[in-house]
Amino acid sequence: MRTPLYEQHVHLGAKVVDFAGWEMPVQYEGIREEHSAVRRHAGMFDVSHMGEVEVEGPGALAFLQRVLSNDVAKIQIGGAQYSCLCNEEGGVIDDLFAYRLGGDRYLVVTNAANHDADLEWLGRQSREFDAIVRDVADRYAMLAVQGPHARTVLEATLGIELPPRFHVSHPQIGRRPALTCGTGYTGEDGVELLLDPEVAVPIWCELLEAGIVPCGLGARDTLRLEVCYPLHGNELSTERNPIEAGLGWCCKEATGFIGSEAVARARAEGTAEELVAFKIDGQGIPREGNPVMRGDEQVGAVTSGTYAPSLELGAGMAYVRSELAEVGAEVEIDVRGKRRPARIASKPLYAKRS
Amino acid sequence: MPDATYPDDLRYHEEHDWARIEGDQATLGITWYAQDSLGEVVFFDPPEVGSAIQKDSSYAEVESVKAVSDVIAPLSGEIVEVNDVLQDSPEKVNEDPYGEGWLVKVRLTSPEEAETLLGVEEYRKLLDN
Repeated sequence: MRTPLYEQHVHLGAKVVDFAGWEMPVQYEGIREEHSAVRRHAGMFDVSHMGEVEVEGPGALAFLQRVLSNDVAKIQIGGAQYSCLCNEEGGVIDDLFAYRLGGDRYLVVTNAANHDADLEWLGRQSREFDAIVRDVADRYAMLAVQGPHARTVLEATLGIELPPRFHVSHPQIGRRPALTCGTGYTGEDGVELLLDPEVAVPIWCELLEAGIVPCGLGARDTLRLEVCYPLHGNELSTERNPIEAGLGWCCKEATGFIGSEAVARARAEGTAEELVAFKIDGQGIPREGNPVMRGDEQVGAVTSGTYAPSLELGAGMAYVRSELAEVGAEVEIDVRGKRRPARIASKPLYAKRS
Repeated sequence: MPDATYPDDLRYHEEHDWARIEGDQATLGITWYAQDSLGEVVFFDPPEVGSAIQKDSSYAEVESVKAVSDVIAPLSGEIVEVNDVLQDSPEKVNEDPYGEGWLVKVRLTSPEEAETLLGVEEYRKLLDN
């Protein structure tokens, strides 16, 4: 599948890769340049492969409260909230943002690889509620514009006022209804624009003209990894619960969401493993799947690893035995047979300079 | 990054490596195509001086932000020198893949293997396919 911006990526010389069935740009000029553009100025990512699901009806709140881990009743109109979508065992089907567009109307944004599974799950669970679940992925192109200057450049270029962090507004962009969301996946300030696919190309070109740097999925991954945002499929899966992933903060078991009993148990009893961040001491770049070692014993495995451009060293996240999950603990990462000394570090690995 | 170049005084291996053969020694590196496919090199893990490398087998790794790639030996030999500059400036592999971005120097143990390597025209043809 291709997003409405595919031709633009090719035109800019992007390297295109398959991502969950989508032909997506992984980089244009280079991951390091794109990464640093977002940290220092402003970058934009075509994330139109992400899915959108609308939930509407008198029972919309009760339904979302049942399926999402966070306290959905706390979302004001125009608000946004991060949640896990759990199965009965507390396994994470997906992690997502829910936006409250109106009194009884919500939008949830799904990961591309999970969109179909999410839809199926939401459709099935909605039967006992007075709420309609609608797949609206085709209605939107999605652009994440991120970086310390993202807001000012966007406001000047599009002539609109942007919502504060974790809020959503619906201005006209390109003379079409759009949604602007104060969210992102980079650790920098910025917004995500949900646009009418018809105007995605002209808006992209306008922002390009305004000096916003096009960024691919490569930089998106290094940026999110430095601030320790989990990625479903790496840190999150149906085999892991939110507690071991460090997402206990977005689980409100008192709401009785599906999986809340399992989550409450994990919270009370602790988990065998925990997700940690680590930095390599010296040389070497950890990669997904590398064993985490202590002496001759494997004590965990890397879920995401990379060269971290802002830290200028190898770093990543790993599940390790809970008794070792302490900041400062020394371990070794087995990088294709070479032991690389590493240290468990506090999250996030990269803290924005204010 | 410079445009694609393939010097005609080098011998090429189909795994996108080059060799500059001088007597019984050779300098080895990766081609423009290899560095371009890999992206910005952030780490070169060299073999030890004195170790033996085997034609068609991996002797080192180069890594970009996203990927790791084995470097295949175009010829067999013994490592006599590794490019220390790359420890601090691995980006030289991208900027100057046939010059400052060389990887290792070897003493050839089977110089006749050079016959099996590709000339520049053959290598370009391989890339075109």
